[in-house]
Amino acid sequence: MSLSALRVTVIVFPGSNCDRDMMVAIEKLAGRRPALVWHKETGLEATDLVIFPGGFSYGDYLRCGALAARAPIMEAVLDHAARGGAVMGICNGFQILLETGLLPGVLVENAGLKYVCRNTCIEVVGGTPSPFTDGLQAGQQMIIPVAHNEGNYFASDDDLQRLEDNGQIAFRYADSDIVGPSNPNGAARDIAGIVSANGRVMGMMPHPERAISPELGSADGATLLTACLEALSA
Amino acid sequence: MQVIVNISLKYGVLDPQGRAIGRSLSDLGFQEVGDVRVGKRITLEIDETDEARTRQRVARMCETLLANTVIEDYEIEINAGDEA
Repeated sequence: MSLSALRVTVIVFPGSNCDRDMMVAIEKLAGRRPALVWHKETGLEATDLVIFPGGFSYGDYLRCGALAARAPIMEAVLDHAARGGAVMGICNGFQILLETGLLPGVLVENAGLKYVCRNTCIEVVGGTPSPFTDGLQAGQQMIIPVAHNEGNYFASDDDLQRLEDNGQIAFRYADSDIVGPSNPNGAARDIAGIVSANGRVMGMMPHPERAISPELGSADGATLLTACLEALSA
Repeated sequence: MQVIVNISLKYGVLDPQGRAIGRSLSDLGFQEVGDVRVGKRITLEIDETDEARTRQRVARMCETLLANTVIEDYEIEINAGDEA
């Protein structure tokens, strides 16, 4: 399949604010505009990748991502994931995926109790086969910004060990001369992103869609997204 | 009847907000304060008279939405005769 034949769907909630950035990024990188699907829909057109964008779905009420994870569209997304369909969640999208149980753990308030908005350096870890990391090199570093108040990844020691042993840690915050101290939020084991046991679901706190050209400070997000799109269209 | 759900962080889960409050209390001279944990209280008005059934339904609400049982515990209090 060519890149432009890839069918990407971006789910939109009240309070999503990176849905259009993601749409622009995917259109620029894949050559085809993704479908934006409102959370109240109950069905999904055939799709190769479902993306949960960043933002503040439902105003972060109750817990970040909690209400979005129970929205009408979710049943169709869970069916898609159960069939092995690819799902990506960025920032609030990652929080939503954890609340659905598609990924283990939870994102709690940043250890510094402050909203953090800055560039971070993340390093590819990977291990288990996954379209989200297969096209990247282990140890490859990328500068990608974060912007969140609840990005502090937490899971039970057993879950953390399982993630580690199964190669499900996709990205880790890494030290870098360019952006300073690595871990911006206190995340356990410096986790910035993880994949599901089958590698088909990925959640990460940093925003690759905000780093798609040098004019935006970094084009490393384009590298990351293009690697995913290429793996999914292979 | 009125049902109160108290949601608290499980022990062992870091509570940065509680820790900051504890530090402030100590700065204000309340040195006797040790661990501080912050929780949530949700009050539900429920159209139901059977207490056992209510408790069961509210427990399901907690498991499906109100609490994230990865990090949170919940307690259900029922004020049966407390109609205002």
